[in-house]
Amino acid sequence: MEVRMRIFRFNPEKDRKPRYDVFTVEAQPTDRVLDVLEWIRGDVDGTLAFRRSCAHGVCGSDAMRINGRNYLACKVLLRDLGTTEITVEPLLGLPVLKDLIVDMQPFFEHYKSVMPYLVNDELPADGKERLQSPEERERFDDTTKCILCAACTTSCPSFWSNGQYVGPAAIVNAHRFIFDSRDQAAAERLEVLNEQFGVWRCRTAFNCTEACPREIKITQAIAEVKRAIQTGRIE
Amino acid sequence: MTQTHVFDVIIVGGGGAGLMAALNASRGAKTAVLSKLYPTRSHTGAAQGGIGAALGNLEEDHWEWHAFDTVKGSDYLGDQDAIEFMCREAVQAVYDLEHFGLPFSRMPDGRIAQRPFGGHTNNLTKKPVRRSCYAADRTGHMILQTLYQQCIKNGITFYDEFQVLDLILSDGKAAGVVAVELATGELHVFHSKAVVLATGGHGRMWEITSNAYAYTGDGVAITLRNGIPAEDMEFFQFHPTGIYKLGILITEAVRGEGGILFNGKGERFMERYAPTIKDLASRDVISRAIYLEIKEGRGIDGKDYVYLDVRPETVNKYAELDGRTRPDGTPYRVTAEEILSKIPDITDFCRTYLGVDPVKDPMPIQPTAHYAMGGIPTNKFGEVVIDRQGTVLPGLYAAGECACVSVHGANRLGTNSLVDLVVFGKYAGIKAAEYANGADLPRLPADPAGGVRRQLDNLLNGSGREKAAQIGRELRKVMSDDVGVFRTEEGLQQAVEKVRELRERYKQVRVSDGGKIFNTELLNTWELGCLLDAALVTAVSALERKESRGAHAREDYPRRDDENWLKHTLAWLNEDGSVRLDYKPVVITQYAPKERVY
Repeated sequence: MEVRMRIFRFNPEKDRKPRYDVFTVEAQPTDRVLDVLEWIRGDVDGTLAFRRSCAHGVCGSDAMRINGRNYLACKVLLRDLGTTEITVEPLLGLPVLKDLIVDMQPFFEHYKSVMPYLVNDELPADGKERLQSPEERERFDDTTKCILCAACTTSCPSFWSNGQYVGPAAIVNAHRFIFDSRDQAAAERLEVLNEQFGVWRCRTAFNCTEACPREIKITQAIAEVKRAIQTGRIE
Repeated sequence: MTQTHVFDVIIVGGGGAGLMAALNASRGAKTAVLSKLYPTRSHTGAAQGGIGAALGNLEEDHWEWHAFDTVKGSDYLGDQDAIEFMCREAVQAVYDLEHFGLPFSRMPDGRIAQRPFGGHTNNLTKKPVRRSCYAADRTGHMILQTLYQQCIKNGITFYDEFQVLDLILSDGKAAGVVAVELATGELHVFHSKAVVLATGGHGRMWEITSNAYAYTGDGVAITLRNGIPAEDMEFFQFHPTGIYKLGILITEAVRGEGGILFNGKGERFMERYAPTIKDLASRDVISRAIYLEIKEGRGIDGKDYVYLDVRPETVNKYAELDGRTRPDGTPYRVTAEEILSKIPDITDFCRTYLGVDPVKDPMPIQPTAHYAMGGIPTNKFGEVVIDRQGTVLPGLYAAGECACVSVHGANRLGTNSLVDLVVFGKYAGIKAAEYANGADLPRLPADPAGGVRRQLDNLLNGSGREKAAQIGRELRKVMSDDVGVFRTEEGLQQAVEKVRELRERYKQVRVSDGGKIFNTELLNTWELGCLLDAALVTAVSALERKESRGAHAREDYPRRDDENWLKHTLAWLNEDGSVRLDYKPVVITQYAPKERVY
């Protein structure tokens, strides 16, 4: 099949404003969008810049906007797009550094702000594992899947309108610890998320849930965090 | 302008080994981690099935059994002192990870769940033992995330998206590294007392690979260029179950949960190759079996793949035939829901890339390049050793896949990569900090970044007669054709010549992007140079080893030859492109080499 790739280009060393370059590429329906980008960079235009690593949807490097929606470029096959006209753009809401590469620093700062680590200094006397029932473990399973690709946060209208909002990915990672039976710092995280740019900026647009390449039920996780703040109970 | 930074310990690589090293080194020394990716993008995150440790949570197990299985899996090439150390430490390492917050899957009584994995056995009954501690089929993801979380908690200093291009040596000691900051293109000198290399593997030199694009052998290439040998490079693991054509890994846990391999005639062919543990034999054994089935026309529809079948009806039928039971003695039977809950990510991969549902359809699979057993030679403390006598290069450490301790010998057991990176990452970090605290900051050579500047200038100013992408394609083809699952003298000879030719042609490449900001073309081209160096050393080491052992299977020398080849290869890459080989003995403690049958 022949696809027409329309790719956002911006090189701050040369360009005053962004443009779109069009590449017509012969490809297989089972090719990933990433395969096509790789081919373009390797064989047509070496200056095209994008991030990638694992190429199968677990490292989170290649989140980008494909035909207006956030995806991992390695998790979308051409046949899944339903069209041979493909527009590829950088994530929205983060500064573009070059072509499809955005500045991830603000994203990681929000992530770090919610204490994304287990807080519990008490260790079992025998030095072995802490106990946790399969049910307790299941309680936060969904939010352990996050790969920090930023597809959710950069699909969120609240984040677009104000980048100080911690965003869905940070809340997902707070949820992962708030609902972990072993953790002891839920109250502090809930306090952070109850602040002005915390969880209440979420207007349940559901964009995040649709964008998540790991199929995390993000909007639900955010709702559970909101409920925990309101009720003061972790259930 | 080249900026200079000073630290006690510099860690290169932000995967599992690098982060473990960082957590441990930073307790006693000023430490920074340099990573060419954001650390959570590292390939540790792609590990699926589990981390092996003899916790004995479901049945009798002992670290000594784990050690024996590892020695046997290594085809007796692993150093037994290091293997014993690793398997004993593995138990505490798993508890440490749990204490760090790792969300392991659990048993009904709340302890860590464990499952069978290839080559892990009860040493008395020889049957598979439940030793792999897991978090669904995303154990590596959980390890990487958990360690990164702990690094945030402990305020570790990171230089994200800094690509290390060279090692600085001064008076025979490590003195730091030279790196390029991807966002600006600026060179930075990191002047330090100790350097820990944790740069991962080099599986991108093969066509069908489970490895990330980032797996380009940077650490091995950089050390080779600094006169440090690479050990056992001819041993590279081909995992038996990669998704057909894509190479994406389908974890061995699928077989641990009862999945069965079938050829085009519908035969469970592993019965013929490993009568006792069948589909849970070591990876090298299964990869060769698949290759032979395909070669003899028994691939699916005569093509170059076979089926991995984890449909509940298949699992239950063969569990009954094998008499497999649960720990309480009841027959092992599963439902589709149970399977899906154990391998959710595999299910997702199959649906995304194949349009196949693993509980309804068998998965088309073929062997995929997976793991480097060889690498930078170290002892069991992660100290880099540079000759057959085991002389330590002061201040230089390596851990994880880039290192060769050697605990995996000629073939790594499943789950042992995660054991390796946690245990040796930890000790490399501890030892590097100890060393740094007793050492003075080495003198920096004049213009430490000069070599790197020349390398990059050459890439930017080549004649342009050659294209990097084309050289990369030819490299992957020759390595797949001639340095794959089976090898011959003729094929290896061809491969050596071809890689030499590609290294010459590489000098004619010109990078078209002359910019500084995120010049990914420049970096990818530099990485290709690393792959070419690692590939040359791999092919030469393989050509010289005239026996079959573990992952190195020679059609012309089909037997293991302990009399002549029970020894590690050391390979030096000379500046003129020639490779010098030497050998060092294998450390044997209590497990005398025996024939290896499963």
